[in-house]
Amino acid sequence: MNSMRVDNHPVFGSLEKRKNITIYFDDQPYAAYEGDTIASALLASGVRTLRCHEDKGTPRGIYCNIGHCFECRVRVHGQNTVRACLTPVENKMRIESGILATASFKGGKL
Amino acid sequence: MIDLVIIGAGPAGLGAAISAAENGLEVYILDEFVKPGGRLLGQLHEEPDGKWVNGIAEAEKLYKRAIQLGVNIRCGVSVYDLMKLDQGWCVYTTDNVMECKCLLLATGASETPIPIPGWTLPGVMSIGAAQVMGNVHRVKPGKKGIIIGVNVLSAAIARELQLCGVHIESILLPQPNLLSGDAANPEKMMESLLRLSHLAPSALIRFGGKWVSPKLGARLYPKNGFKMWDIPIQLRKSALEILGEKQVEGVRVAEITANGEVVSGTEKVVSVDFVCIAGGLAPLSELAAVAGCSFRFVPELGGHVPLHNEYMQTNLTGLYVAGNITGVESAKVARAQGTAAGLSIARELNALADHADEKIEAAIMEVMETRKNALIQFQPGIEEARKKLYSEFYETSEKASMI
Repeated sequence: MNSMRVDNHPVFGSLEKRKNITIYFDDQPYAAYEGDTIASALLASGVRTLRCHEDKGTPRGIYCNIGHCFECRVRVHGQNTVRACLTPVENKMRIESGILATASFKGGKL
Repeated sequence: MIDLVIIGAGPAGLGAAISAAENGLEVYILDEFVKPGGRLLGQLHEEPDGKWVNGIAEAEKLYKRAIQLGVNIRCGVSVYDLMKLDQGWCVYTTDNVMECKCLLLATGASETPIPIPGWTLPGVMSIGAAQVMGNVHRVKPGKKGIIIGVNVLSAAIARELQLCGVHIESILLPQPNLLSGDAANPEKMMESLLRLSHLAPSALIRFGGKWVSPKLGARLYPKNGFKMWDIPIQLRKSALEILGEKQVEGVRVAEITANGEVVSGTEKVVSVDFVCIAGGLAPLSELAAVAGCSFRFVPELGGHVPLHNEYMQTNLTGLYVAGNITGVESAKVARAQGTAAGLSIARELNALADHADEKIEAAIMEVMETRKNALIQFQPGIEEARKKLYSEFYETSEKASMI
């Protein structure tokens, strides 16, 4: 599909053929394989920023890849705090990077 | 009520499920990840005899055996609370609430982060994250990267990333600060590296592993590092900051003294598109804390571990632990611990027919044998530390029974 995939591996061998599907991240279509997680599919397409920090607005991507750190949380079909690293992709899945918190939530003052 | 719920489908959880199901127990395994196997899935290394150990194939074998025995394995399910019942345990999952007679926590380990400036930039990830991306999902974490943190895990995974076609520019130390601790100390890291020396393809490091003291090693360590699998391992260089606007563009590095102090005027920027942080592993024990287990801090085992004995029992009735939650060791040890835990649980539920005690003692011996033969020792003094922990377990339970 592109050069970020490890199609051939000296020990594991070649990747078996998997079904091509389409996912949407912030309304942009991306190609993915069935069996990908949201995180692996987007990384393979060169998308590294999965959300912005709710307060500072700085970009964030995957960190631990095992569901522990929650850095990769995205919105899926309107549901918040879905961990991209643990969630398998589905055809036509709609994923969003989330939004900045409103001013009243900023600066750690509630 | 279900006989046994196991949290974690890694080598320990699958090993326990197999030995429990072989003795007729009804077993459920829950795991957050999309497929079973746990950290076995990422592993790939070459044994001294030249054979490759493929963790994915190992996981597949355990999985198939468990399924054959009728074990129910549910992936993509998270557990967020545990409650002790009069007879057994209640497990709160993102799917449903389950009740079981015995509960086994086989949650494994998590990586200790080393927060250095710029570490939240996209393109920075833990070394284990890169391992799973490359070996399991078959996606490269980037084209050219630097690994921050010199230890057993980072050297092994650097090699795995290389096999995925990723260029590793170098492995170096984090900048010394309050949070990096020993990870920034060349002497301590030399000590850790020397425990890996028998695996090293470089005769120099193999030789060094036998003869050089960590202190001398760190002092003699060349400024440009040694190469393992063509990857420079630099104990005398430190990463000061990860640079980039929207994602990783480079790392600011500097030379350091044997004591870990930055040599002024040696700073430079190395251009890379990803960075891995390798801070080492620590037992992932939140659920044991939620359940109310007693804990001990055991540095040899990687941090805080639930108090337990060689039968893998915690101080709470019906609650067992196995694998890296009891201390950071290899997947083979975890699997052997799982087998012992599964048998102990079968005995508690009166399912172990003949020679119950002999079977369990043999499984415990197997754990110790596996530990002795382990290729990678994460920390020195594991067996001694475990013995001490077990005797504390019995002292504590004696005191509790006197009250």
